[in-house]
Amino acid sequence: MKIHEYQGKELFRKYGVPVPFGIPALTVEDALAAIPRVQKESGGEVVVVKAQIHAGGRGKGGGVKVAKTTKDAEAAVEQIFGMQLVTPQTGPEGKKVQRLFIEQGLGIKKEYYLGMLLDRAVGRVTVMASAEGGMDIEEVAATHPEKILKEQVNPAVGWQDYQARRLGKKLGLGGPATNELVKFLRALTRCYEDMDCSLLEINPLVETTDGKVLALDAKINFDDNALYRHPELAEWRDPNEEDPQETEAKKWDLSYIALEGNIGCMVNGAGLAMSTMDIIKFYGGQPANFLDVGGGATAEKVTAAFKIITTDPAVKAIFVNIFGGIMKCDTIATGIITAVKEVGLAVPLVVRLEGTNVELGKKMLADSGLDIVAAADMADGAQKAVAAVKGGAK
Amino acid sequence: MSVLVGFGTRLVVQGMSGSTGAFHAKGAVDYGTKVVAGVTPGKGGTKVAGLEQIPMYDTVDEAVQKQGANTSVIFVPPPFAADAILEAAAAGIELIITITEGIPVRDMVRVKAVLDRDYPYVQTVGPNCPGVITPGQCKIGIMPGYIHKPGGVGVVSRSGTLTYEIVHQLSTLGLGQSTAIGIGGDPVKGMDFIDALALFAEDPGTSSIFMIGEIGGDSEERAAQFIKENVTKPVAAFIGGQTAPPGKRMGHAGAIISGGKGAAADKIAALQAAGIKVSPTPAEMGKTLASIL
Repeated sequence: MKIHEYQGKELFRKYGVPVPFGIPALTVEDALAAIPRVQKESGGEVVVVKAQIHAGGRGKGGGVKVAKTTKDAEAAVEQIFGMQLVTPQTGPEGKKVQRLFIEQGLGIKKEYYLGMLLDRAVGRVTVMASAEGGMDIEEVAATHPEKILKEQVNPAVGWQDYQARRLGKKLGLGGPATNELVKFLRALTRCYEDMDCSLLEINPLVETTDGKVLALDAKINFDDNALYRHPELAEWRDPNEEDPQETEAKKWDLSYIALEGNIGCMVNGAGLAMSTMDIIKFYGGQPANFLDVGGGATAEKVTAAFKIITTDPAVKAIFVNIFGGIMKCDTIATGIITAVKEVGLAVPLVVRLEGTNVELGKKMLADSGLDIVAAADMADGAQKAVAAVKGGAK
Repeated sequence: MSVLVGFGTRLVVQGMSGSTGAFHAKGAVDYGTKVVAGVTPGKGGTKVAGLEQIPMYDTVDEAVQKQGANTSVIFVPPPFAADAILEAAAAGIELIITITEGIPVRDMVRVKAVLDRDYPYVQTVGPNCPGVITPGQCKIGIMPGYIHKPGGVGVVSRSGTLTYEIVHQLSTLGLGQSTAIGIGGDPVKGMDFIDALALFAEDPGTSSIFMIGEIGGDSEERAAQFIKENVTKPVAAFIGGQTAPPGKRMGHAGAIISGGKGAAADKIAALQAAGIKVSPTPAEMGKTLASIL
């Protein structure tokens, strides 16, 4: 789960991670009203107007403006609110800005990069830092990996202050600023652990001219597996950031990602689902989605999954590819039959069933009287689905 | 011959009273696996419908002491799974196979730290995996048993359902399997490719190997290097997610941590550079291995 920068900073403040003063706004009026309040709090006229969307690269797309005067700030609010913000992570269609964050301007001495996530190779959470802050950090990692400093969190004792001091020294921070970094990282690592984060990224982390260390940005992802421990995060979901089909899928605990193509896919298992996309493309088709119904799905969940696929207007054929293990083929059959009875079937449906209770599943589909194209294996199914879209006939 | 599981396995099912645990415990019994005990805290002494012959205990300790269990399979729900894994390790179980999907990463980071330090000799597979099967001897997990055939191909896979796919293709071609290991797709897990490959390399019953990887992380790249240096048996592979769209990943940091690795093309290149034949589509995995035997 992802949240907005202003929500991330609210969480940071709760844990004692220093952030600039700022006020979020959901309307232009609120944003305009926030400007003098931020100025009063910070004691300076400079404010930063920041578009709140989940995608990164907002600055590059014109979604972040530093305003030296009140007039400039007001103009920035009018300009950014409601704009279709295009960044390298939004795709060409961009994202409509419906939330703003008005933040105090700071006297910045130097910018750094700070990231925190799991290092899969060792199974430990790792803090990464670089003196090349504000830059394209992926570029730095690719061309100068030695400029990315890493410190692992030992699960037995947790984060230690000496690790922050070591980072501070290598980053070239002075003594007082290093002490600030120690406090900063003590709070940040506690936030990561407590909140079951899967990613914390602060780009940039800044050292101010008056010797403070603050998070100028806050990108936070949470481990979806651990959301049951944090029910309070539910109110931070922003439906505008979610594809309607993806939102519906989440309700049913289905793993769904909308794609550009026209062959709807329903598959069990992430690996098989990805490979089903691969083989559809191999035979010249385009998948409309990634959908993993998971292992222990009920017939109701399969019905919901099937409905999600059929509500995508781009879908011109459906390919169900199931190799049942924990998932039973008869459960899949029940779900499909129920869904088709409820919402009808306007496009060709190709079904490949194999695995647990396969004979029962096949018999149920055959007896249902539904117009289903049976596939012998996944290559056969992919080819039939591609042919159905191209020929327009079954 | 085989690896990890076989005729000597004495299995305890943790979470056997749940519907999933019971269903797959029955599947194991029907396949001929020696299921010696079930454990669900608070259900000791009760009977599970359809599995009345198998004693239920409150603790794994009892399953080890009274029934000589040496292997555990875990079906308990995610919030209790970390505890269940550590309970099995503390009870003296030698091989722990965790099927449970959805365990928080934080829990697995801690479990791994404890296992590495206090129980280095315990082998673990999973979580979020289909399990381990030695055809004709022992089935532990959620895979459909009937698709497997005894033989000489060692299978190791990060993906559950793709494991069934390769096994089915191999069996159809008349190529049986020594053991099929689903290592699971979670970021923090027990056995990785290299551990499984090392077992297959040593096993006299394994004459060739098929490996299924996925995008993300760099364990396929490390496995390729390991094979190049240590494995003389024929190896073929497949990487799932070749057409997965970019941008649906974890921001910048995900790519940074593995030094820019993780894309299917990088993994395929690494495997090919190590002399491993890579199947172009998931439908040709079996044929690809057959072509180098």
